[in-house]
Amino acid sequence: MARRRPFRHVTFTLGAAITLTLIATAALSIVYTPADPLAMSITGRLQGPSGGHPFGTDHFGRDVLSRVMTGAVTSIAVGLIAVGIGAGVGVLLGVLSGYLGGWVDEILMRLVDAVQGFPAILSALLFTAVFSPGMLVSMVAIGIAFVPTFARITRGSFLELRDREFVVAARALGGGDPRVVLRHILPNSLPPLIVQATTSFPVAILAEAALAYLGLGTQPPYPSWGLMLKEAQNFLSMNPWFAVFPGAAIALTVLGLNLLGDGLRDLLDPKTA
Amino acid sequence: MRRYVARRVGALAATLLFVSLLVFLVIRILPGDPAALMMGTEGSREATERLREAMGLNRPLPIQYVEWLTRALRGDLGRSIQYDLPVGELIVTRLPVTVPLALLAAVFMVAAAIPLGLYAATHHRRGGDYLAMIVSQLGISIPQFWSGLLLILFFSVTLGWVRSGGFDGWSAGVWPALRALLLPALALGFFQAAVLVRATRSAVLDVLREDYVRTARAKGVSERLVVGKHTLRNALIPIVTVAGIQLGQLMAGAIVLESVFALPGLGRLALVAIGARDLPVVQGVALFVASGIVVINFAVDLAYGFLDPRIRYE
Repeated sequence: MARRRPFRHVTFTLGAAITLTLIATAALSIVYTPADPLAMSITGRLQGPSGGHPFGTDHFGRDVLSRVMTGAVTSIAVGLIAVGIGAGVGVLLGVLSGYLGGWVDEILMRLVDAVQGFPAILSALLFTAVFSPGMLVSMVAIGIAFVPTFARITRGSFLELRDREFVVAARALGGGDPRVVLRHILPNSLPPLIVQATTSFPVAILAEAALAYLGLGTQPPYPSWGLMLKEAQNFLSMNPWFAVFPGAAIALTVLGLNLLGDGLRDLLDPKTA
Repeated sequence: MRRYVARRVGALAATLLFVSLLVFLVIRILPGDPAALMMGTEGSREATERLREAMGLNRPLPIQYVEWLTRALRGDLGRSIQYDLPVGELIVTRLPVTVPLALLAAVFMVAAAIPLGLYAATHHRRGGDYLAMIVSQLGISIPQFWSGLLLILFFSVTLGWVRSGGFDGWSAGVWPALRALLLPALALGFFQAAVLVRATRSAVLDVLREDYVRTARAKGVSERLVVGKHTLRNALIPIVTVAGIQLGQLMAGAIVLESVFALPGLGRLALVAIGARDLPVVQGVALFVASGIVVINFAVDLAYGFLDPRIRYE
Protein backbone atom coordinates (compact mmCIF):
# COMPACT_ATOMS: atom_id res chain seq x y z
CA MET A 1 0.00 0.00 0.00
CA ALA A 2 2.93 2.28 0.68
CA ARG A 3 3.50 2.48 -3.05
CA ARG A 4 0.24 4.32 -3.53
CA ARG A 5 1.33 7.21 -1.39
CA PRO A 6 3.95 8.91 -3.52
CA PHE A 7 4.69 11.67 -1.04
CA ARG A 8 5.85 9.15 1.56
CA HIS A 9 8.60 8.32 -0.91
CA VAL A 10 11.54 10.54 0.09
CA THR A 11 13.30 10.51 -3.31
CA PHE A 12 10.12 11.33 -5.19
CA THR A 13 9.08 14.09 -2.78
CA LEU A 14 12.50 15.74 -2.79
CA GLY A 15 12.73 15.50 -6.59
CA ALA A 16 9.22 16.88 -7.04
CA ALA A 17 9.95 19.76 -4.65
CA ILE A 18 13.15 20.77 -6.47
CA THR A 19 11.50 20.42 -9.87
CA LEU A 20 8.49 22.50 -8.83
CA THR A 21 10.87 25.19 -7.51
CA LEU A 22 12.64 25.19 -10.89
CA ILE A 23 9.38 25.55 -12.79
CA ALA A 24 8.16 28.26 -10.40
CA THR A 25 11.47 30.15 -10.79
CA ALA A 26 11.27 29.96 -14.56
CA ALA A 27 7.64 31.12 -14.54
CA LEU A 28 8.42 33.94 -12.13
CA SER A 29 11.38 35.11 -14.22
CA ILE A 30 9.03 35.74 -17.15
CA VAL A 31 7.10 38.38 -15.16
CA TYR A 32 9.62 39.41 -12.51
CA THR A 33 13.38 39.40 -11.92
CA PRO A 34 15.13 41.43 -9.19
CA ALA A 35 16.96 43.37 -11.92
CA ASP A 36 16.93 43.50 -15.72
CA PRO A 37 19.02 40.41 -16.71
CA LEU A 38 20.45 42.31 -19.69
CA ALA A 39 21.12 45.67 -18.00
CA MET A 40 24.85 46.40 -17.75
CA SER A 41 26.63 48.52 -15.17
CA ILE A 42 30.26 49.43 -15.78
CA THR A 43 30.82 50.49 -12.17
CA GLY A 44 29.32 47.37 -10.61
CA ARG A 45 31.31 44.66 -12.41
CA LEU A 46 32.32 41.30 -10.88
CA GLN A 47 30.95 41.96 -7.43
CA GLY A 48 30.56 39.19 -4.87
CA PRO A 49 27.19 38.37 -3.29
CA SER A 50 25.60 41.35 -1.50
CA GLY A 51 22.18 42.57 -0.41
CA GLY A 52 21.60 44.32 -3.74
CA HIS A 53 22.90 41.39 -5.79
CA PRO A 54 22.48 38.14 -3.78
CA PHE A 55 24.44 36.15 -6.43
CA GLY A 56 26.82 39.03 -7.29
CA THR A 57 27.35 40.54 -10.72
CA ASP A 58 29.08 39.40 -13.90
CA HIS A 59 31.81 41.01 -16.02
CA PHE A 60 29.31 43.47 -17.49
CA GLY A 61 27.84 44.31 -14.11
CA ARG A 62 24.65 42.35 -14.84
CA ASP A 63 22.75 40.82 -11.91
CA VAL A 64 23.67 37.12 -11.77
CA LEU A 65 20.54 36.10 -9.81
CA SER A 66 18.27 37.57 -12.49
CA ARG A 67 20.31 35.86 -15.20
CA VAL A 68 20.24 32.51 -13.39
CA MET A 69 16.43 32.86 -13.07
CA THR A 70 16.02 33.66 -16.77
CA GLY A 71 18.42 30.85 -17.65
CA ALA A 72 15.92 28.40 -16.15
CA VAL A 73 13.51 29.21 -18.99
CA THR A 74 16.20 28.41 -21.58
CA SER A 75 17.01 25.10 -19.89
CA ILE A 76 13.38 24.00 -19.64
CA ALA A 77 12.58 25.06 -23.20
CA VAL A 78 15.60 23.33 -24.74
CA GLY A 79 15.07 20.25 -22.55
CA LEU A 80 11.40 19.85 -23.43
CA ILE A 81 11.83 20.38 -27.16
CA ALA A 82 14.92 18.16 -27.38
CA VAL A 83 13.15 15.30 -25.58
CA GLY A 84 10.14 15.92 -27.83
CA ILE A 85 12.27 15.62 -30.97
CA GLY A 86 14.06 12.51 -29.68
CA ALA A 87 10.84 10.82 -28.57
CA GLY A 88 8.91 11.78 -31.72
CA VAL A 89 11.49 10.56 -34.22
CA GLY A 90 12.59 7.63 -32.05
CA VAL A 91 9.07 6.30 -31.49
CA LEU A 92 8.28 6.62 -35.20
CA LEU A 93 11.41 4.65 -36.17
CA GLY A 94 10.72 2.09 -33.42
CA VAL A 95 7.10 1.59 -34.54
CA LEU A 96 8.12 1.06 -38.18
CA SER A 97 10.95 -1.23 -37.18
CA GLY A 98 9.07 -3.32 -34.65
CA TYR A 99 5.77 -3.56 -36.50
CA LEU A 100 7.01 -4.16 -40.02
CA GLY A 101 10.05 -6.28 -39.11
CA GLY A 102 12.12 -7.93 -41.87
CA TRP A 103 14.50 -5.85 -43.96
CA VAL A 104 12.86 -2.56 -42.90
CA ASP A 105 13.73 -3.45 -39.31
CA GLU A 106 17.27 -4.44 -40.28
CA ILE A 107 17.95 -1.19 -42.18
CA LEU A 108 16.34 1.08 -39.59
CA MET A 109 18.24 -0.56 -36.76
CA ARG A 110 21.57 -0.03 -38.55
CA LEU A 111 20.56 3.60 -39.04
CA VAL A 112 19.80 3.84 -35.32
CA ASP A 113 23.20 2.25 -34.53
CA ALA A 114 24.81 4.89 -36.75
CA VAL A 115 22.93 7.74 -35.05
CA GLN A 116 24.21 6.42 -31.74
CA GLY A 117 27.68 7.38 -32.97
CA PHE A 118 26.66 11.04 -32.80
CA PRO A 119 26.49 12.35 -29.25
CA ALA A 120 24.82 15.77 -28.98
CA ILE A 121 28.19 17.51 -29.07
CA LEU A 122 29.21 15.90 -32.33
CA SER A 123 25.91 16.68 -34.09
CA ALA A 124 26.10 20.22 -32.79
CA LEU A 125 29.65 20.56 -34.17
CA LEU A 126 28.47 19.33 -37.58
CA PHE A 127 25.37 21.55 -37.67
CA THR A 128 27.27 24.60 -36.49
CA ALA A 129 29.69 24.14 -39.37
CA VAL A 130 26.75 24.72 -41.72
CA PHE A 131 24.28 26.87 -39.76
CA SER A 132 24.99 29.56 -37.23
CA PRO A 133 24.99 28.31 -33.63
CA GLY A 134 21.93 28.91 -31.49
CA MET A 135 19.21 27.36 -29.36
CA LEU A 136 17.64 25.60 -32.35
CA VAL A 137 20.91 23.83 -33.18
CA SER A 138 21.24 22.61 -29.60
CA MET A 139 17.62 21.41 -29.45
CA VAL A 140 17.98 19.41 -32.67
CA ALA A 141 21.45 18.07 -31.82
CA ILE A 142 20.37 16.92 -28.35
CA GLY A 143 17.11 15.51 -29.74
CA ILE A 144 19.00 13.43 -32.30
CA ALA A 145 21.17 11.96 -29.55
CA PHE A 146 17.98 10.68 -27.83
CA VAL A 147 16.54 9.02 -30.96
CA PRO A 148 18.31 5.62 -30.59
CA THR A 149 17.09 4.95 -27.05
CA PHE A 150 13.46 5.82 -27.81
CA ALA A 151 13.59 3.80 -31.04
CA ARG A 152 14.98 0.72 -29.28
CA ILE A 153 12.48 0.84 -26.42
CA THR A 154 9.54 1.23 -28.81
CA ARG A 155 10.80 -1.51 -31.10
CA GLY A 156 11.28 -3.84 -28.13
CA SER A 157 7.70 -3.27 -26.94
CA PHE A 158 6.32 -3.75 -30.45
CA LEU A 159 8.22 -7.01 -30.99
CA GLU A 160 6.84 -8.25 -27.69
CA LEU A 161 3.27 -7.09 -28.24
CA ARG A 162 2.61 -7.57 -31.95
CA ASP A 163 1.76 -11.28 -31.65
CA ARG A 164 -0.09 -11.06 -28.34
CA GLU A 165 -3.70 -12.22 -28.26
CA PHE A 166 -5.34 -8.82 -27.92
CA VAL A 167 -3.42 -7.55 -30.97
CA VAL A 168 -4.25 -10.65 -33.02
CA ALA A 169 -7.88 -10.25 -31.94
CA ALA A 170 -7.94 -6.58 -32.98
CA ARG A 171 -6.58 -7.56 -36.36
CA ALA A 172 -9.05 -10.45 -36.72
CA LEU A 173 -11.88 -8.00 -36.04
CA GLY A 174 -10.80 -6.07 -39.10
CA GLY A 175 -8.56 -3.40 -37.54
CA GLY A 176 -6.18 -1.93 -40.10
CA ASP A 177 -2.48 -1.35 -39.36
CA PRO A 178 -2.83 2.27 -38.20
CA ARG A 179 -5.67 1.35 -35.86
CA VAL A 180 -3.85 -1.66 -34.41
CA VAL A 181 -0.68 0.38 -33.88
CA LEU A 182 -2.28 3.54 -32.50
CA ARG A 183 -5.14 2.09 -30.46
CA HIS A 184 -3.73 -1.19 -29.26
CA ILE A 185 0.05 -1.53 -29.30
CA LEU A 186 1.29 2.02 -28.73
CA PRO A 187 -0.76 2.72 -25.56
CA ASN A 188 0.62 -0.48 -24.05
CA SER A 189 4.20 0.60 -24.86
CA LEU A 190 3.86 3.93 -23.10
CA PRO A 191 5.06 3.34 -19.49
CA PRO A 192 8.75 2.65 -20.32
CA LEU A 193 8.68 5.55 -22.80
CA ILE A 194 7.38 7.91 -20.12
CA VAL A 195 10.13 6.83 -17.71
CA GLN A 196 12.68 7.30 -20.50
CA ALA A 197 11.39 10.80 -21.25
CA THR A 198 11.67 11.72 -17.56
CA THR A 199 15.24 10.47 -17.32
CA SER A 200 16.21 12.13 -20.64
CA PHE A 201 15.11 15.57 -19.49
CA PRO A 202 17.99 16.19 -17.03
CA VAL A 203 20.43 14.76 -19.59
CA ALA A 204 19.13 17.33 -22.08
CA ILE A 205 19.64 20.14 -19.59
CA LEU A 206 23.25 19.04 -19.00
CA ALA A 207 23.84 18.80 -22.75
CA GLU A 208 22.34 22.26 -23.37
CA ALA A 209 24.68 23.72 -20.77
CA ALA A 210 27.69 21.96 -22.32
CA LEU A 211 26.82 23.15 -25.84
CA ALA A 212 26.27 26.73 -24.67
CA TYR A 213 29.58 26.53 -22.81
CA LEU A 214 31.35 25.49 -26.03
CA GLY A 215 29.70 28.35 -27.92
CA LEU A 216 27.62 25.92 -30.02
CA GLY A 217 24.28 26.60 -28.33
CA THR A 218 22.50 29.60 -26.88
CA GLN A 219 24.29 32.81 -27.87
CA PRO A 220 24.99 35.97 -25.86
CA PRO A 221 23.53 38.18 -24.53
CA TYR A 222 20.68 35.73 -23.85
CA PRO A 223 21.24 34.05 -20.47
CA SER A 224 21.97 30.34 -20.44
CA TRP A 225 23.61 28.63 -17.49
CA GLY A 226 26.31 27.01 -19.65
CA LEU A 227 27.06 30.30 -21.38
CA MET A 228 27.38 32.06 -18.00
CA LEU A 229 29.95 29.47 -16.93
CA LYS A 230 31.92 30.05 -20.10
CA GLU A 231 31.98 33.77 -19.37
CA ALA A 232 32.83 33.15 -15.72
CA GLN A 233 35.86 31.01 -16.55
CA ASN A 234 37.93 34.06 -17.52
CA PHE A 235 37.30 35.69 -14.15
CA LEU A 236 37.80 32.71 -11.83
CA SER A 237 40.49 34.41 -9.79
CA MET A 238 38.67 37.79 -9.61
CA ASN A 239 35.16 36.60 -8.74
CA PRO A 240 34.82 32.84 -8.21
CA TRP A 241 31.15 33.27 -7.19
CA PHE A 242 30.33 34.10 -10.78
CA ALA A 243 31.20 30.48 -11.68
CA VAL A 244 29.58 28.96 -8.60
CA PHE A 245 25.93 30.05 -8.88
CA PRO A 246 25.11 29.10 -12.49
CA GLY A 247 26.88 25.74 -11.98
CA ALA A 248 24.99 25.11 -8.77
CA ALA A 249 21.74 25.96 -10.58
CA ILE A 250 22.48 23.29 -13.20
CA ALA A 251 23.50 20.71 -10.59
CA LEU A 252 20.46 21.34 -8.39
CA THR A 253 18.04 21.19 -11.34
CA VAL A 254 19.55 17.98 -12.69
CA LEU A 255 19.59 16.48 -9.19
CA GLY A 256 15.91 17.31 -8.70
CA LEU A 257 14.90 15.84 -12.06
CA ASN A 258 17.00 12.71 -11.48
CA LEU A 259 15.45 12.15 -8.06
CA LEU A 260 12.00 12.69 -9.55
CA GLY A 261 12.76 10.17 -12.33
CA ASP A 262 14.12 7.59 -9.86
CA GLY A 263 11.13 8.10 -7.60
CA LEU A 264 8.69 7.71 -10.49
CA ARG A 265 10.37 4.50 -11.59
CA ASP A 266 10.23 3.10 -8.08
CA LEU A 267 6.56 4.00 -7.78
CA LEU A 268 5.60 2.66 -11.20
CA ASP A 269 7.69 -0.51 -11.12
CA PRO A 270 6.37 -3.09 -8.66
CA LYS A 271 9.65 -5.02 -8.75
CA THR A 272 11.60 -2.34 -6.91
CA ALA A 273 9.04 -1.69 -4.20
CA MET B 1 30.74 -18.08 -32.33
CA ARG B 2 32.15 -17.58 -35.83
CA ARG B 3 28.69 -17.01 -37.28
CA TYR B 4 27.89 -14.56 -34.52
CA VAL B 5 31.07 -12.60 -35.21
CA ALA B 6 30.44 -12.63 -38.97
CA ARG B 7 26.92 -11.31 -38.49
CA ARG B 8 28.11 -8.56 -36.18
CA VAL B 9 30.87 -7.54 -38.62
CA GLY B 10 28.29 -7.29 -41.40
CA ALA B 11 26.13 -5.09 -39.20
CA LEU B 12 29.16 -2.96 -38.33
CA ALA B 13 29.93 -2.35 -42.01
CA ALA B 14 26.32 -1.30 -42.69
CA THR B 15 26.33 1.00 -39.65
CA LEU B 16 29.60 2.66 -40.67
CA LEU B 17 28.13 3.24 -44.14
CA PHE B 18 25.21 5.06 -42.54
CA VAL B 19 27.62 7.09 -40.39
CA SER B 20 29.50 8.26 -43.48
CA LEU B 21 26.22 9.02 -45.27
CA LEU B 22 24.95 11.12 -42.34
CA VAL B 23 28.17 13.14 -42.13
CA PHE B 24 28.19 13.66 -45.89
CA LEU B 25 24.54 14.65 -46.03
CA VAL B 26 24.75 17.19 -43.23
CA ILE B 27 27.62 19.00 -44.95
CA ARG B 28 26.33 18.69 -48.53
CA ILE B 29 22.56 18.64 -48.56
CA LEU B 30 21.56 20.99 -45.80
CA PRO B 31 20.75 24.46 -47.11
CA GLY B 32 23.85 26.52 -47.65
CA ASP B 33 26.72 26.15 -50.09
CA PRO B 34 29.95 24.75 -48.60
CA ALA B 35 32.05 26.73 -51.07
CA ALA B 36 30.27 30.01 -50.26
CA LEU B 37 30.53 29.21 -46.55
CA MET B 38 34.26 28.67 -46.82
CA MET B 39 34.87 31.79 -48.86
CA GLY B 40 32.85 33.89 -46.43
CA THR B 41 31.57 37.36 -47.23
CA GLU B 42 34.86 38.52 -48.72
CA GLY B 43 34.93 35.91 -51.53
CA SER B 44 34.06 37.01 -55.07
CA ARG B 45 31.53 35.04 -57.10
CA GLU B 46 34.24 33.79 -59.52
CA ALA B 47 36.47 32.61 -56.68
CA THR B 48 33.54 30.79 -55.06
CA GLU B 49 32.69 29.15 -58.40
CA ARG B 50 36.34 28.03 -58.84
CA LEU B 51 36.38 26.58 -55.31
CA ARG B 52 33.09 24.79 -55.99
CA GLU B 53 34.55 23.28 -59.15
CA ALA B 54 37.78 22.30 -57.32
CA MET B 55 35.79 20.65 -54.53
CA GLY B 56 33.74 18.71 -57.07
CA LEU B 57 30.52 20.30 -55.83
CA ASN B 58 29.11 20.67 -59.34
CA ARG B 59 28.87 16.94 -59.88
CA PRO B 60 25.81 14.82 -58.95
CA LEU B 61 25.57 14.08 -55.22
CA PRO B 62 25.76 10.26 -55.40
CA ILE B 63 29.01 10.54 -57.38
CA GLN B 64 30.40 13.05 -54.89
CA TYR B 65 29.50 10.69 -52.04
CA VAL B 66 31.10 7.63 -53.63
CA GLU B 67 34.27 9.57 -54.44
CA TRP B 68 34.46 11.04 -50.94
CA LEU B 69 33.86 7.64 -49.34
CA THR B 70 36.45 5.88 -51.50
CA ARG B 71 39.04 8.48 -50.58
CA ALA B 72 38.07 8.30 -46.89
CA LEU B 73 38.47 4.51 -46.94
CA ARG B 74 42.01 5.02 -48.20
CA GLY B 75 42.61 7.37 -45.27
CA ASP B 76 42.31 10.53 -47.34
CA LEU B 77 39.88 12.83 -45.51
CA GLY B 78 40.64 15.89 -47.62
CA ARG B 79 42.81 18.89 -46.99
CA SER B 80 42.39 21.51 -44.31
CA ILE B 81 41.75 24.98 -45.71
CA GLN B 82 43.19 26.66 -42.64
CA TYR B 83 46.40 24.66 -42.14
CA ASP B 84 46.86 23.40 -45.73
CA LEU B 85 47.60 19.93 -44.35
CA PRO B 86 45.83 16.59 -44.87
CA VAL B 87 42.90 16.30 -42.41
CA GLY B 88 43.96 12.74 -41.53
CA GLU B 89 47.37 14.01 -40.47
CA LEU B 90 45.81 16.74 -38.31
CA ILE B 91 43.58 14.18 -36.60
CA VAL B 92 46.52 11.87 -35.92
CA THR B 93 48.50 14.70 -34.31
CA ARG B 94 45.59 15.45 -31.94
CA LEU B 95 44.93 11.85 -30.90
CA PRO B 96 47.75 11.72 -28.30
CA VAL B 97 45.73 14.24 -26.27
CA THR B 98 42.13 13.05 -26.67
CA VAL B 99 42.70 9.28 -26.46
CA PRO B 100 44.89 9.29 -23.32
CA LEU B 101 42.45 11.75 -21.71
CA ALA B 102 39.49 9.45 -22.42
CA LEU B 103 41.46 6.35 -21.33
CA LEU B 104 42.69 7.95 -18.12
CA ALA B 105 39.12 9.01 -17.34
CA ALA B 106 37.97 5.44 -18.10
CA VAL B 107 40.56 4.10 -15.63
CA PHE B 108 39.32 6.52 -12.95
CA MET B 109 35.75 5.58 -13.78
CA VAL B 110 36.24 1.81 -13.47
CA ALA B 111 38.58 2.05 -10.48
CA ALA B 112 36.08 4.15 -8.55
CA ALA B 113 32.79 2.72 -9.73
CA ILE B 114 33.18 -1.05 -9.50
CA PRO B 115 34.46 -1.24 -5.90
CA LEU B 116 31.96 1.40 -4.79
CA GLY B 117 29.07 -0.33 -6.58
CA LEU B 118 30.08 -3.69 -5.11
CA TYR B 119 30.33 -2.18 -1.65
CA ALA B 120 26.92 -0.53 -1.96
CA ALA B 121 25.30 -3.77 -3.16
CA THR B 122 26.86 -5.93 -0.44
CA HIS B 123 25.81 -3.35 2.18
CA HIS B 124 22.32 -2.94 0.74
CA ARG B 125 20.11 -0.49 2.67
CA ARG B 126 22.84 0.26 5.19
CA GLY B 127 24.74 3.50 5.78
CA GLY B 128 27.48 2.79 3.23
CA ASP B 129 24.93 2.02 0.51
CA TYR B 130 23.04 5.27 1.10
CA LEU B 131 26.29 7.24 1.15
CA ALA B 132 27.44 5.67 -2.12
CA MET B 133 24.09 6.45 -3.71
CA ILE B 134 24.17 10.07 -2.52
CA VAL B 135 27.69 10.52 -3.92
CA SER B 136 26.68 8.97 -7.24
CA GLN B 137 23.49 11.04 -7.43
CA LEU B 138 25.59 14.19 -6.93
CA GLY B 139 28.14 12.99 -9.49
CA ILE B 140 25.45 12.51 -12.13
CA SER B 141 24.01 15.95 -11.46
CA ILE B 142 27.22 17.98 -11.68
CA PRO B 143 28.09 18.98 -15.25
CA GLN B 144 31.56 17.77 -16.21
CA PHE B 145 32.78 21.15 -17.32
CA TRP B 146 31.63 22.73 -14.07
CA SER B 147 33.49 20.16 -11.98
CA GLY B 148 36.47 20.93 -14.25
CA LEU B 149 36.12 24.64 -13.43
CA LEU B 150 35.79 23.89 -9.70
CA LEU B 151 38.92 21.70 -9.84
CA ILE B 152 40.80 24.56 -11.53
CA LEU B 153 39.45 26.98 -8.94
CA PHE B 154 40.62 24.76 -6.09
CA PHE B 155 43.84 23.15 -7.29
CA SER B 156 45.32 25.90 -9.44
CA VAL B 157 43.75 29.21 -8.39
CA THR B 158 43.57 28.55 -4.63
CA LEU B 159 46.31 26.01 -3.96
CA GLY B 160 48.51 26.68 -6.98
CA TRP B 161 49.49 22.99 -7.26
CA VAL B 162 48.87 22.49 -10.97
CA ARG B 163 48.45 24.87 -13.82
CA SER B 164 44.97 25.61 -15.02
CA GLY B 165 45.39 24.20 -18.52
CA GLY B 166 47.55 23.67 -21.57
CA PHE B 167 49.54 20.68 -22.74
CA ASP B 168 53.19 20.59 -23.81
CA GLY B 169 53.03 17.19 -25.48
CA TRP B 170 54.43 13.80 -24.53
CA SER B 171 57.92 14.74 -25.73
CA ALA B 172 58.26 17.01 -22.68
CA GLY B 173 58.05 13.93 -20.48
CA VAL B 174 55.44 11.42 -19.43
CA TRP B 175 54.86 12.87 -15.96
CA PRO B 176 54.25 16.50 -17.02
CA ALA B 177 51.90 15.25 -19.74
CA LEU B 178 49.99 13.03 -17.32
CA ARG B 179 49.81 15.90 -14.84
CA ALA B 180 48.23 18.11 -17.48
CA LEU B 181 45.61 15.43 -18.15
CA LEU B 182 44.97 14.59 -14.50
CA LEU B 183 42.36 17.21 -13.59
CA PRO B 184 40.34 16.94 -16.81
CA ALA B 185 40.38 13.13 -16.53
CA LEU B 186 39.20 13.38 -12.92
CA ALA B 187 36.34 15.70 -13.87
CA LEU B 188 35.38 13.45 -16.76
CA GLY B 189 35.79 10.17 -14.86
CA PHE B 190 33.86 11.32 -11.79
CA PHE B 191 30.69 11.98 -13.74
CA GLN B 192 30.86 8.69 -15.66
CA ALA B 193 31.79 6.77 -12.49
CA ALA B 194 28.60 8.05 -10.89
CA VAL B 195 26.57 6.41 -13.66
CA LEU B 196 28.56 3.17 -13.52
CA VAL B 197 28.27 2.87 -9.70
CA ARG B 198 24.51 2.69 -10.03
CA ALA B 199 24.68 0.14 -12.84
CA THR B 200 27.17 -2.01 -10.90
CA ARG B 201 25.11 -1.83 -7.72
CA SER B 202 21.86 -2.86 -9.35
CA ALA B 203 23.49 -5.62 -11.44
CA VAL B 204 25.21 -7.10 -8.38
CA LEU B 205 22.03 -6.81 -6.30
CA ASP B 206 20.12 -8.76 -8.97
CA VAL B 207 22.68 -11.56 -8.96
CA LEU B 208 22.96 -11.68 -5.16
CA ARG B 209 19.27 -12.64 -5.06
CA GLU B 210 19.87 -15.70 -7.29
CA ASP B 211 19.46 -19.22 -5.96
CA TYR B 212 22.98 -20.29 -6.85
CA VAL B 213 24.40 -17.52 -4.67
CA ARG B 214 22.32 -18.78 -1.75
CA THR B 215 23.49 -22.32 -2.52
CA ALA B 216 27.14 -21.21 -2.57
CA ARG B 217 26.69 -19.49 0.78
CA ALA B 218 24.90 -22.53 2.22
CA LYS B 219 27.81 -24.70 1.12
CA GLY B 220 30.07 -22.47 3.20
CA VAL B 221 31.86 -20.70 0.35
CA SER B 222 33.60 -17.64 1.76
CA GLU B 223 31.84 -14.29 1.21
CA ARG B 224 34.84 -13.00 -0.72
CA LEU B 225 34.55 -15.89 -3.21
CA VAL B 226 30.76 -15.57 -3.41
CA VAL B 227 31.01 -11.90 -4.33
CA GLY B 228 34.22 -12.00 -6.35
CA LYS B 229 33.55 -15.14 -8.37
CA HIS B 230 29.93 -16.22 -8.32
CA THR B 231 28.38 -12.77 -8.29
CA LEU B 232 30.69 -10.34 -10.06
CA ARG B 233 31.28 -12.55 -13.08
CA ASN B 234 27.58 -12.98 -13.67
CA ALA B 235 26.86 -9.33 -13.08
CA LEU B 236 29.46 -8.33 -15.67
CA ILE B 237 27.16 -8.23 -18.72
CA PRO B 238 25.05 -5.25 -17.67
CA ILE B 239 28.17 -3.61 -16.22
CA VAL B 240 30.13 -4.06 -19.47
CA THR B 241 27.16 -2.72 -21.44
CA VAL B 242 26.99 0.47 -19.44
CA ALA B 243 30.79 0.86 -19.32
CA GLY B 244 30.96 0.35 -23.11
CA ILE B 245 28.30 2.97 -23.82
CA GLN B 246 30.19 5.27 -21.47
CA LEU B 247 33.44 4.88 -23.41
CA GLY B 248 31.67 6.61 -26.29
CA GLN B 249 30.38 9.24 -23.88
CA LEU B 250 33.94 9.73 -22.61
CA MET B 251 35.05 10.63 -26.14
CA ALA B 252 32.27 13.23 -26.33
CA GLY B 253 33.05 14.46 -22.82
CA ALA B 254 36.73 14.78 -23.69
CA ILE B 255 35.76 17.28 -26.40
CA VAL B 256 34.13 19.51 -23.76
CA LEU B 257 36.91 19.20 -21.19
CA GLU B 258 39.57 20.00 -23.78
CA SER B 259 37.91 23.40 -23.96
CA VAL B 260 37.87 23.86 -20.19
CA PHE B 261 41.56 22.97 -19.84
CA ALA B 262 42.78 24.40 -23.17
CA LEU B 263 44.08 21.01 -24.36
CA PRO B 264 44.97 20.74 -28.06
CA GLY B 265 42.88 17.64 -28.80
CA LEU B 266 40.31 16.60 -31.40
CA GLY B 267 37.57 18.75 -29.86
CA ARG B 268 39.67 21.91 -30.00
CA LEU B 269 40.63 21.05 -33.56
CA ALA B 270 36.95 20.87 -34.58
CA LEU B 271 35.92 23.97 -32.62
CA VAL B 272 38.69 26.09 -34.12
CA ALA B 273 37.86 24.68 -37.55
CA ILE B 274 34.25 25.85 -37.17
CA GLY B 275 35.43 29.37 -36.41
CA ALA B 276 37.66 29.26 -39.49
CA ARG B 277 34.94 27.69 -41.71
CA ASP B 278 37.32 24.78 -42.33
CA LEU B 279 34.64 22.28 -43.44
CA PRO B 280 36.94 19.36 -44.40
CA VAL B 281 38.34 19.32 -40.84
CA VAL B 282 34.89 19.40 -39.20
CA GLN B 283 33.70 16.66 -41.55
CA GLY B 284 36.82 14.57 -40.92
CA VAL B 285 36.66 14.86 -37.13
CA ALA B 286 32.92 14.06 -37.09
CA LEU B 287 33.44 11.00 -39.29
CA PHE B 288 36.37 9.84 -37.19
CA VAL B 289 34.73 10.28 -33.77
CA ALA B 290 31.33 8.86 -34.82
CA SER B 291 33.01 5.82 -36.42
CA GLY B 292 35.12 5.39 -33.28
CA ILE B 293 32.01 5.33 -31.08
CA VAL B 294 30.26 2.87 -33.42
CA VAL B 295 33.32 0.57 -33.35
CA ILE B 296 33.41 0.72 -29.53
CA ASN B 297 29.71 -0.26 -29.41
CA PHE B 298 30.50 -3.12 -31.78
CA ALA B 299 33.31 -4.31 -29.50
CA VAL B 300 30.87 -4.25 -26.55
CA ASP B 301 28.43 -6.36 -28.59
CA LEU B 302 31.19 -8.87 -29.32
CA ALA B 303 32.19 -8.92 -25.66
CA TYR B 304 28.62 -10.00 -24.79
CA GLY B 305 29.02 -13.00 -27.03
CA PHE B 306 32.14 -14.01 -25.15
CA LEU B 307 30.70 -13.32 -21.71
CA ASP B 308 27.35 -14.97 -22.26
CA PRO B 309 27.13 -17.97 -24.63
CA ARG B 310 23.32 -17.70 -24.75
CA ILE B 311 23.55 -14.48 -26.78
CA ARG B 312 25.52 -16.15 -29.58
CA TYR B 313 22.81 -18.70 -30.21
CA GLU B 314 19.87 -16.35 -30.32
